[in-house]
Amino acid sequence: MTATGPEARTATGSAPVPVTAALALGDDALVLSHRLGEWAGHAPVLEEEVALANIALDLLGQARVLLSLAGDEDELAYLREERAFRNLQLVEQPNGDFAHTIARQLYFSTYQHLLFAELASGDGPFAPLAAKAVKEVAYHRDHAEQWTLRLGDGTETSHERMRRACDALWRFTGEMFQPVEGLDADWARLEQRWLESVTDVLGRAGLPLPEGPSTGAWSAGAGRQGLHTEPFGRMLAEMQHLHRSHPGASW
Amino acid sequence: MATAAAQRTAPDTVDTAAYQHAFDAAVAADERIEPRDWMPDAYRATLVRQIAQHAHSEIIGMQPEANWITRAPSLRRKAILMAKVQDEAGHGLYLYSAAETLGTSRDDLLDKLHSGRQKYSSIFNYPTLTWADVGAIGWLVDGAAITNQVPLCRCSYGPYARAMVRVCKEESFHQRQGYELLLALSKGTPEQHAMAQDAVDRWWWPSLMMFGPPDDESQHSKQSMEWKIKRHSNDELRQRFVDICVPQAESLGLTLPDPELRWNEERGHYDFGPIDWTEFWEVLKGNGPCNEQRITQRRRAHEEGAWVREAAAAYAAKHAGDTGGTGATRA
Amino acid sequence: MSTTDWPLWEVFVRSRRGLSHTHAGSLHAPDAELALRNARDLYTRRGEGVSLWVVPAAAITASSPDEKDPFFEPAADKPYRHPTFYEIPEGVKHL
Repeated sequence: MTATGPEARTATGSAPVPVTAALALGDDALVLSHRLGEWAGHAPVLEEEVALANIALDLLGQARVLLSLAGDEDELAYLREERAFRNLQLVEQPNGDFAHTIARQLYFSTYQHLLFAELASGDGPFAPLAAKAVKEVAYHRDHAEQWTLRLGDGTETSHERMRRACDALWRFTGEMFQPVEGLDADWARLEQRWLESVTDVLGRAGLPLPEGPSTGAWSAGAGRQGLHTEPFGRMLAEMQHLHRSHPGASW
Repeated sequence: MATAAAQRTAPDTVDTAAYQHAFDAAVAADERIEPRDWMPDAYRATLVRQIAQHAHSEIIGMQPEANWITRAPSLRRKAILMAKVQDEAGHGLYLYSAAETLGTSRDDLLDKLHSGRQKYSSIFNYPTLTWADVGAIGWLVDGAAITNQVPLCRCSYGPYARAMVRVCKEESFHQRQGYELLLALSKGTPEQHAMAQDAVDRWWWPSLMMFGPPDDESQHSKQSMEWKIKRHSNDELRQRFVDICVPQAESLGLTLPDPELRWNEERGHYDFGPIDWTEFWEVLKGNGPCNEQRITQRRRAHEEGAWVREAAAAYAAKHAGDTGGTGATRA
Repeated sequence: MSTTDWPLWEVFVRSRRGLSHTHAGSLHAPDAELALRNARDLYTRRGEGVSLWVVPAAAITASSPDEKDPFFEPAADKPYRHPTFYEIPEGVKHL
């Protein structure tokens, strides 16, 4: 692995990049992009094929920049073991129905948007990336909010599906506000603003705010510590299989 | 136009001849026919059939390539492939829009696709078994498609021609990425080279079949040429494609699976071996390796998405009175 | 099969500042907000635009091709509306 120490140098050699943080943010984007890519050819309407692919491509672009800050993007994506991935458990959750995908998008893009806006306004090593990404993510957040409103306030069926999806994914949301080493953010404030925003959107959609706990009961930790959920191993097996079958090959 | 006076009167049988004359004159003068112009019923029906088939091909054509998005072996390739599959969805949308200008609806066309009453290109009934197939599709299948499509940019029906201009512009990267992908494999490890050769061996003949049956067996060709929907015959385009591919294959370091392929000095073209038309007609009839699988996936996506489309329609109906603010100013 | 056809919208794109919006194509969407977003994804994903309009296709009133003579021919015989109608001595600039 090229990522050796806790800090690596940027291409320009200026500010040191905290590797843990680059992996956390990069893996979030990589894994969610992969999940959205699974929708190709399966979306509920053709216009959404185009929209979901746009979001997936934005995220993949972010992932490539972030992973490259930590090492070689392909080595990191294809040759790490499951326990070395630092993404949130939220983003690795299977697509489920469209409501689950939208709930996952709502929770994550709201978080990513608030976090990147904060990083962009600072002068840390992620500021330039965050400044570009925050515009992309603003659109992802808008897309998720628009669909949350339509599913929550559409038909009885869609309301019920969306309510279930929001509930099911709620327990993965607490992890987002664990401080990440090397990221200069006000995590408590981030969580508060996230909760306000999500409460507002769900309220406008006529959906109740989920009541269950927002983190799992396992004290060993979660995605940021390299502990993942069962579907993730399967996802990685599929993603890495071809690359690993041809060691050292170029593509 | 000289016959415009005739168009002003009410369209009844007496004037059909005058309308027909105006239409023929416009086509002869290489003018474009636009949606609200009078056109012969058969011209309209031919266009609906052809544009719908083209749109369906884009949508079904997403599947064999999407099959590899989750397994793409580098992040660069993954991004390229996602963008390409996305373009295909977009192209399907442009084409459905063009078909809709002829008075049919997209839902109706999709119903016909799902129930098997309209077809899509048979090429997508072949499987993508290895990563190299993604390259072979880009190089050969998109290459054949582009050979077919470039003349369609001058098709007599305006909306179809305009959609094709956009499609061709966007597709220029599709073929190049496929070629580049195959080149990387061909120059890679022996296993990668073998993978590339195997893919070309499987995709070459089906790609030649994409130009349709030989001219003397093609049922729609002659009329379509007269209407300037089609500009070149199936065999002409097929020959053009073969002539382009042979030197490209040499540069790739791969062989085309046809022992009879050789330069004919007299014709100024490559001669090639006979195409297995039995396979072509069988795949067309539904006996290809993936016919059932492709249409089942398409139908399932549509059916499983119904509740989403209904929810959005219900929401729109409830909020029809609201002004979102976006529509208030024109700037 | 589908009972909820989304209506058709016409999309107009301003490709850069200083140019007017030009018709780019159409798409389906349940309402104006999603129409605008779908248009953004479909018609400007290669950076083709800086501004978008979406108009319900049903709201467009078009001139009839049958009326093209009365509508447009009267405009064809007024060459004095075009600058090339006027002869200006050679060498005169800024006209």
